[in-house]
Amino acid sequence: MGGEQTAAEQREYREPVSVQRQGSRLYGRLAFLGLLAGGASSLGWATRVSGYVSPFTSAISQMFGDLLPVGGWRIYTISGSMPIFYPDSYTLQIDGLVRRPRSFSYDELLALPRAHQVSTFHCVTGWTVKNVRWSGIRFRDLLDLVEPLPSATALRFVSLEVPYTDSLTLDQAQLHDVMLALEMDGQPLSRPHGSPARVVIPEMYGYKGVKWLTRIELVSHQPTGYWEGLGYDQNAWVGHSNGYG
Amino acid sequence: MDTASSRRLERFTRSERALHWVHATAFCVLLVSGLCMYLPSLAEVVGRRPLLKTIHLYTALAWAIAILLVLLLGNRRPLRATLREVEYFDADDGLWLLGQRTPQGRLNAGQKLNTIVTAVFAILFSISGFFLWYGERDTTFQNPNALLLHDWLTYASLILFLGHLYLTLIFPKTRHSLSGMTRGWVREDWAARHHPKWVAAVETADDEPRRAAPR
Repeated sequence: MGGEQTAAEQREYREPVSVQRQGSRLYGRLAFLGLLAGGASSLGWATRVSGYVSPFTSAISQMFGDLLPVGGWRIYTISGSMPIFYPDSYTLQIDGLVRRPRSFSYDELLALPRAHQVSTFHCVTGWTVKNVRWSGIRFRDLLDLVEPLPSATALRFVSLEVPYTDSLTLDQAQLHDVMLALEMDGQPLSRPHGSPARVVIPEMYGYKGVKWLTRIELVSHQPTGYWEGLGYDQNAWVGHSNGYG
Repeated sequence: MDTASSRRLERFTRSERALHWVHATAFCVLLVSGLCMYLPSLAEVVGRRPLLKTIHLYTALAWAIAILLVLLLGNRRPLRATLREVEYFDADDGLWLLGQRTPQGRLNAGQKLNTIVTAVFAILFSISGFFLWYGERDTTFQNPNALLLHDWLTYASLILFLGHLYLTLIFPKTRHSLSGMTRGWVREDWAARHHPKWVAAVETADDEPRRAAPR
């Protein structure tokens, strides 16, 4: 069956495997180099092209429900399962170096003065979500209720996701667009986004924005948080942090 | 057809198979750990990003080292021959890619192209992965294009991978090819149907015919 090749072709053969050199060209090498060059060059243009094709790709991704990343969000947790928010038993405790420690139920949080903002969310791993609509409570309003002592310099945030903690200085927490968010894009925070409350500080990478927040402790020295313990910067300013030197 | 008595032709040497399985194993681990970080639906169930990142990173390192080891310690002669085979395309190969079932060599044109694309993807995955890893350590080094390239490569390689699995595990006409990559040999009657140029070349080779006993 396979023996019906021409005798000339057969005698050409010298290699341990069949290599049909006659009439063949190095198209394979060309394809390799071309694909490699094209792919590598996308390190210069991928974002621009993605902008053009995203209407189509997001239409496709919507067919898969929330299987694919929607709106650019990726969900990272450090433990095996995301905390579950029970509205009836949830509390946000604020204590430490304060004159009036207290804990808030979810309904009490909802009743506090509300601020709204649109800001960009930057993840330290490189992705960005633009124009996120947040609604929540400014830390100034929260702190007024508990009256920090003069020795307090920082806020330590404790997540329901153990052992996630992080912190901001009092000054950082009171920047104009920093908040304890309760809503994202017009909806109460979903479980993947840290329901019922998360810290939002657009000037810094997302790991500073503790999700599933359950406790704020006022402290005199900024402690080492979960990611800081793994070598990430305490001050995670977007575009400046984690630099060596 | 009496296939049981058909002779066996050695299709892939141990070095070629080692290269394939090193790549395949690493690909699967990287795919699973990567998807668990990338897909919200999986990430919400699995979580543990620091652990997944560690697995992903060290698998990539182990992959690179293992590939180098195969190239250093393996039998480079058949690997070089395979490289030459993949680099050259003839008129039959061109027609094959256009859908005509022209006679093919040991690797058909689609398999050659798959090899090329796989190699390119591996390099691009490595480059963009390096940017992702280093960009997280030093954010002044971040390149959002690298993240997109890594994502796109994931989609493309997943599609290729599923096609590869279909042809090698499910599609009846081609699935015997798996034997070549597991045991090293394929039946001559199967090879004569799918790779007649190869069979012809083997049969008339001046040096020792490459008919392998199972080992």
